[in-house]
Amino acid sequence: MHLALFLIFGVVCVAGAVNLLIQTHPIQSALSLIVVMASLAVEYLLLGAEFVAAVQVIVYAGAIMVLFVFVIMLLNAGEEEHSQGSHIALLLGLPSLMLVGVLLTWSVMHQSTASVSIGSLYGDPKTIGKLLFSQYLLPFEITSLLILIAIMGAVVLASKPEVTPVGPDSGLASGKEN
Amino acid sequence: MVPLSYYLILSAILFACGIIGFLMKRNIITIFMSIELMLNGVNLSFVAFASQWHALSGQIFVFFVMVVAAAESAVGLAIIIAVYRTRDTLNVDRVDLLKL
Repeated sequence: MHLALFLIFGVVCVAGAVNLLIQTHPIQSALSLIVVMASLAVEYLLLGAEFVAAVQVIVYAGAIMVLFVFVIMLLNAGEEEHSQGSHIALLLGLPSLMLVGVLLTWSVMHQSTASVSIGSLYGDPKTIGKLLFSQYLLPFEITSLLILIAIMGAVVLASKPEVTPVGPDSGLASGKEN
Repeated sequence: MVPLSYYLILSAILFACGIIGFLMKRNIITIFMSIELMLNGVNLSFVAFASQWHALSGQIFVFFVMVVAAAESAVGLAIIIAVYRTRDTLNVDRVDLLKL
């Protein structure tokens, strides 16, 4: 049952990732990225990581992807135009990527026969929260500082340079607070 | 029971798809989405190893990676908006000058 669920959602996940590469319109790539993230949340649940799965859906598939779709619509991004100069990536990137993939797969396949099952580790919000506020308190607080700086940076970068009497584009500023 | 290697292979596939998109795509927003795909692949291997070694620290790290990804996407998309304002294009091949 565990293996079947893993395979189903793994295939969905890889299909979404490949679809992201095939599609030329950014909004279709964004939608297939949402599929990848939702199926990854199921994989997290299979591993017993409840909290991470919930955060994956809320933060990644929710907040971050809404931000992406928002920017795509704001900039009216159309079909991807093909231009010269991308052949180096095709010639050099793909063979080296295949090499890395083969090496990685080979080394993983010849590893020990370790396996994981449902419920072997239970990452519920209570346990994670206790750990977060005791052992990892300092990184957690630094994270809040990072988010504060990111919000300020986003507002400064996205605001128009010239001063207009209408006021700053408030829609952009509020859209950054995820 | 699912072998740990299955999870790692799925993670490697996702990471590879992210690299391919990063190298081959010309649209700056799609390139940015490829980076998010790579982060997701890394997160999956974090959670798989956390389950393997019975250490909750792996899931905490995933939480931190997600927070950094959120901050990164906010700043990155603001940069994309700024680039589009000055260049009027989203094609990275046309954004190749240091000055205006």
